[in-house]
Amino acid sequence: MATSEENMTGGPAIPRAAAASAKKSGSSLGTIVLAVLVIGAVILPFASKNFFIFQMTQVMVYAIAILGLNLLTGINGQFSLGHGAFYAVGAYTAAILMEMQGVPYGWTIPIAGVLCFVAGFLFGLPALRLEGVYLALATFALAVATPQLLKLSPFEHWTGGVQGIVIIKPDAPFGLDAVLNPDQWLYFFTLVIGLFLYWLARNIVGSRTGRALMAIRDNPIAARSMGVNTAVYKATAFGISAMFTGVAGCLGAIVIQFVAPDSFTFALSVALLVGLVIGGVGWLPGALLGALFIVFIPNVAEDISKGLAGAFYGFFLIAVIYLAPQGAGGLIRSGLARVKRML
Amino acid sequence: MNVAAAGMAPGGGVPVISVKNVTVRFGGIVALDGVEFDIHDGEILGLIGPNGAGKTTLFNCLSRLYTPNEGDVQLHGKTILDQPAHRIAGMGIGRTFQNVASFSNLSVRDNIRVGAHSASKSDPVSDALRLPWVRKGGEAIDANVNELIGWLELEDVADLPVAGLPFGTQKRVELARALATDPKLLLLDEPAGGLNHDEVHELGSLIRKVRDERGVTVLLVEHHMALVMSVSDRVVVMNFGRKIAEGTPEEVQKNPEVVAAYLGGGDA
Ligand SMILES: Nc1ncnc2c1ncn2[C@@H]1O[C@H](COP(=O)(O)OP(=O)(O)OP(=O)(O)O)[C@@H](O)[C@H]1O
Ligand SMILES: [Mg+2]
Repeated sequence: MATSEENMTGGPAIPRAAAASAKKSGSSLGTIVLAVLVIGAVILPFASKNFFIFQMTQVMVYAIAILGLNLLTGINGQFSLGHGAFYAVGAYTAAILMEMQGVPYGWTIPIAGVLCFVAGFLFGLPALRLEGVYLALATFALAVATPQLLKLSPFEHWTGGVQGIVIIKPDAPFGLDAVLNPDQWLYFFTLVIGLFLYWLARNIVGSRTGRALMAIRDNPIAARSMGVNTAVYKATAFGISAMFTGVAGCLGAIVIQFVAPDSFTFALSVALLVGLVIGGVGWLPGALLGALFIVFIPNVAEDISKGLAGAFYGFFLIAVIYLAPQGAGGLIRSGLARVKRML
Repeated sequence: MNVAAAGMAPGGGVPVISVKNVTVRFGGIVALDGVEFDIHDGEILGLIGPNGAGKTTLFNCLSRLYTPNEGDVQLHGKTILDQPAHRIAGMGIGRTFQNVASFSNLSVRDNIRVGAHSASKSDPVSDALRLPWVRKGGEAIDANVNELIGWLELEDVADLPVAGLPFGTQKRVELARALATDPKLLLLDEPAGGLNHDEVHELGSLIRKVRDERGVTVLLVEHHMALVMSVSDRVVVMNFGRKIAEGTPEEVQKNPEVVAAYLGGGDA
């Protein structure tokens, strides 16, 4: 319709303006929260012990991985029990490139991202034929196979076999090492990359691509009839998701300074899934809360009882799911709605 | 086929759609059996028939969700059977679904924006980086979407998720979404289903407005006879997968085979 855009100028201006301002006040609250978090995050490493800084770096690493999983599961509606595999590919990319090829660690991140995008996209293509529990099973197979593949002797020359690979901790560059110790530097390095990836994820979700992904999640047949090439978008979602998780794996390897097959068992994939559900499926900021849970709650459980750590972890998990069936995201949203109604 | 006028274009020229001898089988069931008719530019064609007559199956052939076992579907004289379903919207065929098929977690606005998918362009990398031209494309989509929101009076609910809205509103959202594909031909599958008397009346004028103001050709499947007979230029009647009549509303209503089919006795 050639006239539709011309008609626009005379369109209903008032409701649209009202809607826009309502939206703006919602997003400005989000901006304030984000600003407070970032300021807190910048102060934190100057006010904490190195081990806590290291733990918080790990939280950010897992948050990135969960963010990737959320793009696949929460935004596009595809399940994965195998994201530990992409995390592992990212981690080994860092280790092999740094320790065997002498590639500077900064470069290993985009390389791992691209590599994992391709791996995810290629895995996503055959996975197109699978839905729901069948896709879950296929990704489960991926997660189970990964540690064993990493141990295979033909690859041992690269992967270090069962021993894995030790990575040397990088110092802060550009003379920053005078102010920042390596733990603090890696913390900020991860923070900056994490914020960048969060920005990318937000942009995707708010874009034509993101709407196509969510349309497929909500109603694949209607999406197709609206012109969405569901096959390409689903495979792309797998690629993007794997890229995020792979970058997380890459950062994780650099932070932990070590990769070995048994760090990337099925348990890792499950942990990411737990983080996703705890944070809130489909709610991007939830990744951070999910990551806090999977990093700290096992420790808390262990502090309570060494012998029953698993049971206590399970108890906390059930408690959170019971109190917040939609994850932290659902809890926060319903809380906000209640506050709004009171005002 | 007792209607001689079948296939004659009111305005002449190539039909928008030609359904040629289309047969669809599901296992033993013959859902469509050699169905044949044309849709002409600018007309509102009613498609009626008792439950299970094959109307939705025919829609699904036109939007390429099903592939006919036999026959052909042509858009402006060219087959569409070599096209995948996701190209159909871009070729100018928009549709709604019999039972609303909304993107229920998305807002009304975003539902309609998805309708504009094929009428716009972007790629995941530019979207992720929010490159300037992506923002421009988004503004063009939004102008179009806002116009439709105004046109269908959805302003008040524009930013609410579709899931919680009344059924009638959801149907209007679906119509807006289908119009956002910028169709030449609009397929409406029982748009009056679940609407009350007033809403059906409004729908009738809306369908005519879609044709008159937007120049969209309409294929309307509907059980609500008063609606079909009042808005359609021509009507095609199906029963048990076959076309049993075609003509103006008056002609069709007088047709004995049609009367028999609707009284429940006709499987001629
Ligand atoms: N996917 C399918 N698999 C098997 N049978 C089907 C399928 N779709 C439709 N049918 C059968 O094809 C026949 C025609 O169904 P269709 O839905 O096209 O009828 P309809 O005219 O739209 O009916 P209604 O007015 O009830 O919507 C029915 O017998 C139906 O059971
Ligand atoms: Mg039907």
